[in-house]
Amino acid sequence: MALSAELYYLIPEIILLSGACLVLVLDAVLGKEQWSFTYTLTQLLLLATAGAILFVDPGQAVTVLGGNFILDPLGVLLKVSICLVALPVFFYGHDYNLEHGLHKGEYYILGLFAILGMLVMASAGTLLTVYLGLELLSLSLYAMVAMNRDSRMASEAAMKYFVLGALASGMLLYGISMLYGATGTLQLAGLANAIAGQTDNTLILTFGLIFVIVGIAFKLGAVPFHMWVPDVYEGAPTSVTLFISSVPKIAAFAMAMRVLVDGMQPLAGDWQGMLIILSVLSMIAGNVIAIAQTNIKRMFAYSTISHVGFLLLGIIAARPAGYAAAMFYVLVYSLMSMGGFAMVILLGRKGKEADLLEDFKGLSERSPWFAFVMLILMFSMAGVPPFLGFWAKWFVIMEVIRAGFPMLAGIAVFFSVIGAYYYIRIIKLMYFDKPLEMKAIKSSRQMRTVLSLNALSLLILGLWPPLLMALCLKAIGL
Amino acid sequence: MLENYLPILLFLIVGFGLGIVLFVLGYFIGPNRPNPIKGSPYECGFEAFEDARMKFDVRYYLVAILFILFDLEIAFLFPWAVALDGIGLAGFWAMMFFLAVLVAGFIYEWRKGALDWE
Amino acid sequence: MSDTIYLAIVLAPLIGAVIAGLFGRVIGRSGAHWVTIAGVGIAAILSLVVYKHVVFDGAAVHNAALYTWLKTGGLSIEVGFLIDRLSATMMVVVTFVSWMIHIYTIGYMHDDPGYQRFFSYMSLFTFAMLMLVMSNNFMQLFFGWEGVGLVSYLLIGFWFKRETAIFANLKAFLVNRVGDFGFLLGIAAILMYFHSLDYATVFAMAPGLAATTIEIFEGREWLLMSFICICLFIGAMGKSAQVPLHVWLPDSMEGPTPISALIHAATMVTAGIFMVARMSPLYELSETALSMVLIVGAITAFFMGLVGLVQNDIKRVVAYSTLSQLGYMTVALGASAYAAAIFHLVTHAFFKALLFLGAGSVIIAMHHEQDMRRMGGLSRYLPVTWITCLVGSLALIGFPGTAGFFSKDAIIEAVHESQRFGSGFAYVAVLAGVFVTALYSFRLFFLTFHGAPRMDHHTREHLHESPKVVTVPLTVLAIPSAVLGWFLAGPMLYQGYFQDAIHVAHENDVLGEMAEGYHGTWQFLLHAFGAPVIYIAFAGVLTAWLLYLKYPHVPAQLAERFDFLYRILVNKYGFDSAYQKLFAEGARRIGEGLWRAGDITIIDDICVNGSGHVVRWCAGLLRRLQSGFLYDYAFAMIIGLLLLLGYFLPWASLLG
Repeated sequence: MALSAELYYLIPEIILLSGACLVLVLDAVLGKEQWSFTYTLTQLLLLATAGAILFVDPGQAVTVLGGNFILDPLGVLLKVSICLVALPVFFYGHDYNLEHGLHKGEYYILGLFAILGMLVMASAGTLLTVYLGLELLSLSLYAMVAMNRDSRMASEAAMKYFVLGALASGMLLYGISMLYGATGTLQLAGLANAIAGQTDNTLILTFGLIFVIVGIAFKLGAVPFHMWVPDVYEGAPTSVTLFISSVPKIAAFAMAMRVLVDGMQPLAGDWQGMLIILSVLSMIAGNVIAIAQTNIKRMFAYSTISHVGFLLLGIIAARPAGYAAAMFYVLVYSLMSMGGFAMVILLGRKGKEADLLEDFKGLSERSPWFAFVMLILMFSMAGVPPFLGFWAKWFVIMEVIRAGFPMLAGIAVFFSVIGAYYYIRIIKLMYFDKPLEMKAIKSSRQMRTVLSLNALSLLILGLWPPLLMALCLKAIGL
Repeated sequence: MLENYLPILLFLIVGFGLGIVLFVLGYFIGPNRPNPIKGSPYECGFEAFEDARMKFDVRYYLVAILFILFDLEIAFLFPWAVALDGIGLAGFWAMMFFLAVLVAGFIYEWRKGALDWE
Repeated sequence: MSDTIYLAIVLAPLIGAVIAGLFGRVIGRSGAHWVTIAGVGIAAILSLVVYKHVVFDGAAVHNAALYTWLKTGGLSIEVGFLIDRLSATMMVVVTFVSWMIHIYTIGYMHDDPGYQRFFSYMSLFTFAMLMLVMSNNFMQLFFGWEGVGLVSYLLIGFWFKRETAIFANLKAFLVNRVGDFGFLLGIAAILMYFHSLDYATVFAMAPGLAATTIEIFEGREWLLMSFICICLFIGAMGKSAQVPLHVWLPDSMEGPTPISALIHAATMVTAGIFMVARMSPLYELSETALSMVLIVGAITAFFMGLVGLVQNDIKRVVAYSTLSQLGYMTVALGASAYAAAIFHLVTHAFFKALLFLGAGSVIIAMHHEQDMRRMGGLSRYLPVTWITCLVGSLALIGFPGTAGFFSKDAIIEAVHESQRFGSGFAYVAVLAGVFVTALYSFRLFFLTFHGAPRMDHHTREHLHESPKVVTVPLTVLAIPSAVLGWFLAGPMLYQGYFQDAIHVAHENDVLGEMAEGYHGTWQFLLHAFGAPVIYIAFAGVLTAWLLYLKYPHVPAQLAERFDFLYRILVNKYGFDSAYQKLFAEGARRIGEGLWRAGDITIIDDICVNGSGHVVRWCAGLLRRLQSGFLYDYAFAMIIGLLLLLGYFLPWASLLG
């Protein structure tokens, strides 16, 4: 294929990169008054990128640029999801930034570069491309966390994130080098073939695999590589936490799919065992520690950790149906997480974050509708039918049983019950406690509309789960 | 295949061993008769008036980072220039795109005042 | 006759109930009563057609399953109809009484906000009762049995804002639960030994199992048939309100009057009587069970009548009268005179419905005043009610020629003939019961319609006869109450009306013996003047006249003189308070104890809160791991990495 023909499939990334550079320059040239322009441009750019992905969608797996870049149904769905999920995320973030004096162009510019990194990860054909995308994503995120330079907590969180992230990147890179050493290739497809063909290098392969898993686990935030998650979630400005908690998880899932499934399916027996440990620990630690939290952002952090445990269940199944279930889970999770943080943003006001559990007390008296919205979000996260979160849990647990791990399913159910406690506690606070202050909620009409739609989508899609599931199954090729 | 790494292992052993041996030898064999004058920091005949561990201005780091960025760009441009014959028009435009991105970043840092010392 | 017509009979009231219940708001008040009356009316007319077909045209017995609900391990549970003369008769009685009461309700419930709901319940009740009566198997019988129980619960508590109504419906439900438990045990025993729930199969097999014994307690042999029949009868005691499970019926007067008439006169309480008659092939095999039936019936007939003497609430008097009359029916069953029981059931359905509706008419006129002490002299204002109530009362006491006369006389005669254990006692009890019946009936009649008016001025001024929808059913019911006996007595009692539907062993056939001395209704009537029964009844009426019209101050004096007895009667022999203390309180105590020990201590404290505390404690502990120090975090990652390495690396290949 000619280079130009190959570049055709990279149009979305090229658009995004060029657009991001354009935004960068415009933002720098136009100055402070034009940040809303930056915001608008960012949203348009995301829409254009999503459209371009759909436009170039070949409908089958296409490998270009010497195997570095893959565009297949899985990649298309994940990339489009990343762009579309980022739209409301930036919307909520914009609202927060305006309110809290963080209205800077960098939020959007760094976000765009992070998304570019995610797209690269989702289309990665070699381990190096994976690493390249991951680094672009991670560096952007470090900077985003530190965006509020006057906040000691944010700086500390960014520092921790950066150091630990560097450590994890190092481990990942080390693992990649081991795999390269054992097989002599960086291409994922070649890697799978090489692993299937040889049996004498198990030691080095396993060694490399473990390091790679550590890298993935860090990105997902699975126990015991989760330590950064609570501190970063709490320390970062809520708009950044919102971003970190939703969009990159899709990318991390994409990375797991690319590396583990595309690259090392023959080693499934090994990574299944490792992921089981990580998954069980995540479900235990996430659900249990969340109970002791008083800060809702921190609570969501542990909630994320437990959700990662569930998400891993689908991958553990090591079968296409399981991958589809995990994909379903990650998409649902990003919707729920986004809504949860948006509620925190909604309740906060100038100079005051509403990030404590007690800020939710008596919400039903202050605003019955948003108490209901939060109720939908919490029930969905807890996995109460008929909300979408229930189906997400249902599918992964079914898959893990079908794959022959009934014990694991039992543990998952048990800890989801424990987890229900802290979600439902919020509902209790909202409906049964007296509010600390009776101030009405002040926010724009758009904010209310988008948030309401966000929550209602959990209910409506939950009433007809095959809709979303069909997409996931199609992307996996079932 | 691990035996291929044997020389490296030997190298590590010899390197560490040599370092440790030299230290130990110096400690035991060398004469050691300290006095206050000998122990004081050397300040060209003046009294020591400042702590050796001084703070640097953070702007040094900024400049250093920017320097590294453009230094690497140059390092990248050299092999490109040499190989331009072989990589053709596509190679040319690829580098132009790269430079454009770099320029975008440059404009950004310029406008943000990263290049102003004060 | 096809299945379709039977299905239509059952479904018409159900459809009416569903429409009135679910779409009551849409179709409105008149829509609700039209649709239910039409449904029950269709059932009534079709029942008549079936009745003609079965009784006059002599059609064969219809016994077929309509639909198999489930099949499991050789047992199939079906919906099916057994239409013979017994069920055809019951169908006519049930649907007609129900139909009349539907019409009457239009007037009685005119201003009630729950109008549509009420009609829906009543039609639903008719449906359940028809399912019960027409069933050809025990499962469907039980379905209908529970169905009527449920609707009765709903109807007694119809005015659910009244605390007494809630109390009464709960009571009815709980007491019936006791009976139903026995009933269910009986059905279970049948299933266990007969491996079938189909009537025909069970009845055919029954003689073969007549000598089977079972051992429930160590060393005590029971006849299987006795066990089954007694269990089934316990169910009947609940539904038909026999001592000691009778306590719910008087309280059920809390429901609206049409319900009192519907449940207590015609239908629900007769379910038990019907069931025993239906099971006659089983009962005939157990002398013990029949003796028990006989004695329980006799006790109920006499002692409940006595309580009726001291009641002041007009509806309660009628309610106790119902208890007493049900006792008569039960006695007849116990004497193997099943036909007499059913005959009394039919006649009683008419005159008791008449009395209830008459009482209802009085209550309407009195602006929902039910205390007889505030009535009197109403005959002038309510002529139709007065005359119809007189007919009803005469029928109730067995005035010669009325419907009640034939049926009650036959029962007393049958008991007299019976040689069964307990029949001597029963005979005395039913004879004494005749006096009591006459006394309380005419006490009610005189206190209400005669003597000096005792109501307040305002009420008296507004006294007037009830509307047509009330008086027409009264009149329609009065006619059969008066004359029905002339047509039915002969065929039903003596001329094999029920054919094979009721089975009586030859040696028990008291009615058969009586038939030898039967030479037409006139003879029957004349013969009665030679027996003590009529005179006893007249004595009762006379006493009532003396006590409540001639010397109205005497009853109070008597009550004072025989204070002890009076108290016993007013307290209804203490059943209520005993149950209240023993079972209700006891159950509450046990419940509370279990709640404290089980719920609070074990479940709440240990399981729920305990596990909650453990989890929270763990959470607090694990939370410490999140120290906030970067090197701890990095350390955790390294440890995790090392653990993975240690666990998953193939160390064997590395070392070996």
